[in-house]
Amino acid sequence: MPEVVAVLLRVVVVLAAFLVVPLLVGQVEHKAMAHMQSRVGPMYAGMFHGWAQLVADGVKFVQKEDVVPAAADRTVFKLAPAVALLPYLVALLVVPLGPGLVGQDLDVGLFFVLAVMGAGVIGTLMGGWSSANKYSLLGGIRVAAQLMAYELPFVLAAASVAMAAGTLSLTGIVEAWHPWWLLWQGIALVVFFVSGLAELQRPPFDMPVADAEIVFGPYTEYGGLRFALFILAEYAGIVVLSALTTVLFLGGWHGPFSDSIGWLWTLVKTFAVAFMVIWVRVAYPRMREDQLQRVAWQGLVPLALLQLAVTAVGVVMTA
Amino acid sequence: MRMPGSGLAKGLAVTLRTMGRRSVTAHYPDALPELPPRSRGVIALIEENCTSCMLCARECPAWCIYIDSHKDVVPATTEGGKDKTRNVLDRFAIDFSICMYCSICIEVCPFDALHWSPEFEYAELDIRELTHEKDRLREWMWTVPAPAALDVHAEPAKEIGTAEKAAERTRAAELSDPQAAIAAPEPDKSAGEGRG
Repeated sequence: MPEVVAVLLRVVVVLAAFLVVPLLVGQVEHKAMAHMQSRVGPMYAGMFHGWAQLVADGVKFVQKEDVVPAAADRTVFKLAPAVALLPYLVALLVVPLGPGLVGQDLDVGLFFVLAVMGAGVIGTLMGGWSSANKYSLLGGIRVAAQLMAYELPFVLAAASVAMAAGTLSLTGIVEAWHPWWLLWQGIALVVFFVSGLAELQRPPFDMPVADAEIVFGPYTEYGGLRFALFILAEYAGIVVLSALTTVLFLGGWHGPFSDSIGWLWTLVKTFAVAFMVIWVRVAYPRMREDQLQRVAWQGLVPLALLQLAVTAVGVVMTA
Repeated sequence: MRMPGSGLAKGLAVTLRTMGRRSVTAHYPDALPELPPRSRGVIALIEENCTSCMLCARECPAWCIYIDSHKDVVPATTEGGKDKTRNVLDRFAIDFSICMYCSICIEVCPFDALHWSPEFEYAELDIRELTHEKDRLREWMWTVPAPAALDVHAEPAKEIGTAEKAAERTRAAELSDPQAAIAAPEPDKSAGEGRG
């Protein structure tokens, strides 16, 4: 019986983190982006520097009418936001916070997370296809093209670190991590982060939702709660990507006093990476579709392959 | 040769630096804006200065000034004298929904009856409410700031120069002939023309 309680507790904690941390990241994005642009961002909601802005947004989204276009494929259209959101929840389940502090420790954790994150994009694709809208369709196709292009360097970079650690378990990878990996796996870190950004369709890789040309891409026909779920999926994606980058490349809970406050190190590093995601969004303009493909195929894939070679040499030398 | 990626780093540096600086947002409803002197917010009217000469209404490019007046007869003060007439202002209204804030009425007023006030918070829910009648225009007068001080070596204002000259002339006349000084003609009729 206590085992069931423990499992339930873990699930509840992961669910709470899943609902709270993305909001936190979203709020930081609101404020940090505003200050990076010499603005102040939301100031009124919650009476103090707009801390409740996203809560207010959520309340607004809930009140909105649930509209499904007449020509849309109703079932797929309604299912799409859930398909987009759930994989990130599942992925969060296996990301370790500290030694033993993990929703569910899997031996094939890395494999599982990568597979599940790839599935998240299917939701967007479903939304784009089922909306019966040309902009949605174009956006959906762009999502698919982006997924095809960036999944490869993403997986190759992750494979490099798995190779270095000699395990697919996320906990095992963190345990095997050593500060000099920052140098050894440096290329993989950059490739993983950049292609992760592209998989989340975050600026500067947000061609699928390029609002200047295709309205809002796959999300054009969505409104109210379903739209909010898509947005939440985006921010949950940021959290998962940041957490994964932390666990794979930045050493997770490694840091001073890691015995007692290891989980705090993981959180701090995760937020630092999430801030980087926001920072990059503010600093760079959106890439064109052809530039986007070129970066993936001519830039990241060769780099990732180079990293694999470097890792292989390193593993063989030290073995 | 430039380092590859230096442009990317520069982009990040610029945004980070901006984040460290103060934002330029004007917190308007919470903090009132610091308006420059002579801001054109709303037109105020000193009713007492107005002679209903209609110059402002006629010069207004937008035809937004409405003036109604009638002539009052002032009875002669001396026996057998002629009755005088005087303009009485009945209505003076400015329709701020039409006004384009060109300031021509204020420039053209010979008696300084119109002034700019920096107040700007007079939005209304009904467009008709934007026609301010003369009592409301009079109320704006309390918000008109004092004229800005002159620059250090600037010429004194025309009125002050005229008054000083007149006073000097009176004093000179007093010195030469104390009796004639009392009967001296009104000084300001000719004095104003002396200065360009």
